[in-house]
Amino acid sequence: MTAVTAETTAATTHQARFDAAVAADERIEPRDWMPDDYRASLIRQMAQHAHSEIIGMQPEANWITRAPSLRRKAILMAKVQDEAGHGLYLYSATETLGAGRDELLDKLHSGRQKYSSIFNYPTLTWADVGAIGWLVDGAAITNQVPLCRCSYGPYARAMVRICKEESFHQRQGYELLLALSQGAPAQHEMAQDAVDRWWWPSLMMFGPPDDASAHSAQSMAWKIKRHSNDELRQRFVDICVPQAEALGLTLPDPDLRWNEERGHHDFGAIDWDEFWQVLKGNGPCNEQRISQRLKAHEEGAWVREAAAAYAARAASKKSAASDESDGSGEKRDEAQVEATA
Amino acid sequence: MSAALALGDDALVLSHRLGEWAGHAPVLEEEVALANIALDLLGQARTLLSLVGDEDELAYLREERAFRNLQLVEQPNGDFAHTIARQLYFSTFQRLLFGQLATGGGEFAALAAKAVKEVAYHQDHAEQWTLRLGDGTAESHERMQRACDALWRFTGEMFQPVEGVDADWEALRSGWLESVTAVLERATLTVPDTADTGAWSAGAGRQGLHTESFGRMLAEMQHLHRSHPGASW
Repeated sequence: MTAVTAETTAATTHQARFDAAVAADERIEPRDWMPDDYRASLIRQMAQHAHSEIIGMQPEANWITRAPSLRRKAILMAKVQDEAGHGLYLYSATETLGAGRDELLDKLHSGRQKYSSIFNYPTLTWADVGAIGWLVDGAAITNQVPLCRCSYGPYARAMVRICKEESFHQRQGYELLLALSQGAPAQHEMAQDAVDRWWWPSLMMFGPPDDASAHSAQSMAWKIKRHSNDELRQRFVDICVPQAEALGLTLPDPDLRWNEERGHHDFGAIDWDEFWQVLKGNGPCNEQRISQRLKAHEEGAWVREAAAAYAARAASKKSAASDESDGSGEKRDEAQVEATA
Repeated sequence: MSAALALGDDALVLSHRLGEWAGHAPVLEEEVALANIALDLLGQARTLLSLVGDEDELAYLREERAFRNLQLVEQPNGDFAHTIARQLYFSTFQRLLFGQLATGGGEFAALAAKAVKEVAYHQDHAEQWTLRLGDGTAESHERMQRACDALWRFTGEMFQPVEGVDADWEALRSGWLESVTAVLERATLTVPDTADTGAWSAGAGRQGLHTESFGRMLAEMQHLHRSHPGASW
């Protein structure tokens, strides 16, 4: 057998094993062989998910200093803190695929990787914090719960942890809107206005319609995705309609009605031009979000450099100390290797 | 003056300042850490203010002359070194004070016993960063020194006895100076040799006399609450 055919055979075997594992709903783990496209596709999706958590801190953090009660302020601070934590989980999970966090942040800063289009909308009133909790986190959960069964193990496990915390945020957002809706007329009006502004962008969070979604078919074949964009969007609409009624608020869609035959709600057409514009960088806050992230990163450079210099000095002090104490740390390591061999 | 109000205002105001960092921190881990400290302080503030009255009325409907916090905690965040220096000075003070109150059996013993665990974490965080910035690069050393110097004049106020707080204020001052000196020296920084009480600032915050940036901070904090009188949130 020539070398080339041996290689080809090995690759075919790897691919066959991978396909069988995916078909059997087994988890792919970091040290398993995986197709290059599968790895690249996961890095893209997971990194963009991590970026969304980080950029998503901004619209809500915008209200931390103005939260109208200390209880609400504590809830909001805890939520924004959780989002930073989710970003950290997701960057760690992405690193298991061989991409470094610094490299991923670079791609975010330079616009080579994206984040969820929803965070390019501004938070104009306090009620927006509630609408984000109810609708944006609600849409995220609808998207993310199936990801808990995604074929890549580290991503699936990150999603289990994240979904638990997200569902708290979502209930808190809903409860915030309920308090406003049942409050004074000005508060009710504020809540309605926020829902009017966040409803359509939330529906856009599920991505383009199935016939225009570039990555969907392949992601579903790999069992990264379990449901199509349109399926998840429909599920979300069906969940939200009764919740809006319970809130005493309306959804801004004259075409929204129950369809007995389908067993689902019909809803109006999404403005896909707006969606693509926001995705291209022309949404209301795209520029502001990236500038703020970049500013934090650049202004923090001297802090990161200081931490690195301190760590390097501490490490060299430590190794000097161990050289002095027993001659050589390396010798001990060699002895250990021999003992285990 | 109510003692709970003084201690509660310290925690409330510093928590607010730390909240301003959200989305602006130099590393993601610090987004988590600064928000965590802010939340602990907000929790302390809520407990303390509730001893005095309605927490939201007290936080949102008093004007700046009625706030009793130290001038130190209202100082703007500045760069990361300023935030860390402010945190080092204050959390060292809080840890020693709550340590005393926790064992004293007075009005604040239970609260202090809970808070001292949180504050130990805050102090450790501030110390670790003081070491990294002080003994990091030439630039970080210079920035950290500048921050320590700039905030030093606000530290004397911490040791002005607060009526109703049963503490040994002299022991507090000497313990604080010893602890902070040790950290600054390990961080290769110089302990500032200027007066630790500006001619005007000693005890001023406790009497409702604040620095100029404080009013603007309150305007932002209180605006929404004041725009909807009597509303519940």
